[in-house]
Amino acid sequence: MPMADWLRGGRNREKVRDDAAQWVKCPSCGEVLYRPDLSANLDVCVRCSHHFRMHAHDRILSLIDGDFEEIARGILPADPLSWTDKKSYPQKLAADAAKSGMDEAVLCGFGSIGGYELALGVMDFHFRGGTMGSVVGERLTRLIEAATERGLPCAIFTASGGARMEEGMLALMQMAKTTAAVVRLKASGQPFLTVLTDPTTGGVSASFAFQADVILAERNAMIGFAGRRVIEQTIRQRLPDRFQTAEFLLERGHIDGVVDRPNLKPTLERLLGYARAGMQRRKRAELSA
Amino acid sequence: MNPLLEREKGLLELERRIEDLRSANEGQRIDMSAEIASLESKYRQLLAEVFGSLSPWEKVHMARHPRRPTTLGYIAGLDAFDELHGDRMFRDDPAIVGGFARLGGHSIVAIGQQRGRDMKENLARNFGMSTPEGYRKGERLALLAQRFNLPLVTFVDTKGADPGILSEEHAQSEAIAASLEVFAALRVPTLCVVIGEGGSGGALALAIADRVLMLEHSVYSVASPEGCAAILWGDASKADEAAAHLKLTASDLRGFGIVDEVIPEPLGGAHRDAAATVTRVLDRIGAVLDLLESFSLPDLLNARYEKYRRLGSWRDSLATDGAP
Repeated sequence: MPMADWLRGGRNREKVRDDAAQWVKCPSCGEVLYRPDLSANLDVCVRCSHHFRMHAHDRILSLIDGDFEEIARGILPADPLSWTDKKSYPQKLAADAAKSGMDEAVLCGFGSIGGYELALGVMDFHFRGGTMGSVVGERLTRLIEAATERGLPCAIFTASGGARMEEGMLALMQMAKTTAAVVRLKASGQPFLTVLTDPTTGGVSASFAFQADVILAERNAMIGFAGRRVIEQTIRQRLPDRFQTAEFLLERGHIDGVVDRPNLKPTLERLLGYARAGMQRRKRAELSA
Repeated sequence: MNPLLEREKGLLELERRIEDLRSANEGQRIDMSAEIASLESKYRQLLAEVFGSLSPWEKVHMARHPRRPTTLGYIAGLDAFDELHGDRMFRDDPAIVGGFARLGGHSIVAIGQQRGRDMKENLARNFGMSTPEGYRKGERLALLAQRFNLPLVTFVDTKGADPGILSEEHAQSEAIAASLEVFAALRVPTLCVVIGEGGSGGALALAIADRVLMLEHSVYSVASPEGCAAILWGDASKADEAAAHLKLTASDLRGFGIVDEVIPEPLGGAHRDAAATVTRVLDRIGAVLDLLESFSLPDLLNARYEKYRRLGSWRDSLATDGAP
């Protein structure tokens, strides 16, 4: 589908933008930013380079060359636990859909970055905090399986508060399901890349986020297994501000690099280039054998 | 608050009276065996009443009962066990134990999460909450099972992975993620038994298996009820409410296809007859290993993939018109 049509079809996205306030204050430096300018700058503050959380559609638009072939968009959430607390789970889902313009916390599909075709999954924190339930697990598993079948690299941008409580153990099992698919992708020889964006925690960080061949993170993203509040309550002391930031993880050797948003596309292009070079070597060796 | 204590009060009272009558009976000429028998039948009735209808929150407390058999209890029942230690990198995490073992005709590798049975032991074993070193040890032993071509048996009993500063600094996420990868594709038969509490990713790290068995009053949950209540409502004290929502009991999970078999417990729970529970669980492990040994490895690996591939609940809004 042509990108323009895909975006039009992309859930009342325009409406969401019309309703939104046109001015935003940078939470880091306090600068008041005009939203269209901010969007044009990849949701990065022009003054202090603070990285705002990005919507999945905008992310895809910022990376993909031409068209984006979305897959698994018909997979939508059910309510397996008939969950109700203050609101029912379907009510929570509907409220988040209206607010975010998303119908679930991930978009998956195929496209090209700098001429390199790949499978791309992008999580969106604006829908249920990016939590992984059955739909996130199913859409991503279909993406990873399709990448394996088509013989393409796979990249996933993570943004998640972890497993989705309202789907109970079925949510936890998505960690197992996506893992099994990742193992097959890697065994097929295709590269698996992740870009960890703010925040990436819990069941997502403890599964595919940290199973990639190359793991990048966006500047200042909060990344960890246990949430900051949980740790502080357990140890009864305040954690240093830098704890669990992308930069902290880089120092500790957990990730390959911290990348500023404008550099992401060129960085991914180079990585995909190395991967293709390796695949071509393999093919040459097979031919000469 | 432990809701079990309240419900067990009547039982403990009856137990005391039966005991009193018995000791009185011994030294006396009056035969009180009829009274004793009547009280005993009352006791069994009450036991069935109390433990036949436990709420999910009460089951959480059954699963955490200090006298409930732990991994080492089951290991003690094995025919042989040679413990192996350490992650080869940093330390030996006492919250995970494992090693070579024999069970009947099977040589296996056994790995389990080990909580303490009292405060002192709990402090030593970090309440059964593994650090990354524990998961790396588990991963190493799982790969050892593959290397020696032996079936792998795991025992799950943890509130969850350790939520501490050092665990984060040592990459808890990576440790669990890597363990999941190893278990998903391990080229030997794998069997997991949830014997107590299965909490979150910290439990799942040892729980991807060809067959997952679960004791009747064990629980297995996406997050501990306290954690879930804190995440959703910012109030860990609403754990009982969260437990009611989470569908964390063995029968719930059997219904979802997440658990393959529920192992019944003695009336009143595993802790009332630990020896019988251990025997029953080890019998089932032996029988399931016999079954798993009858499949070829490719069939086993495909079935394992498909089993997890199916899990989830969603609707396909485009399925009817054939669109992708």
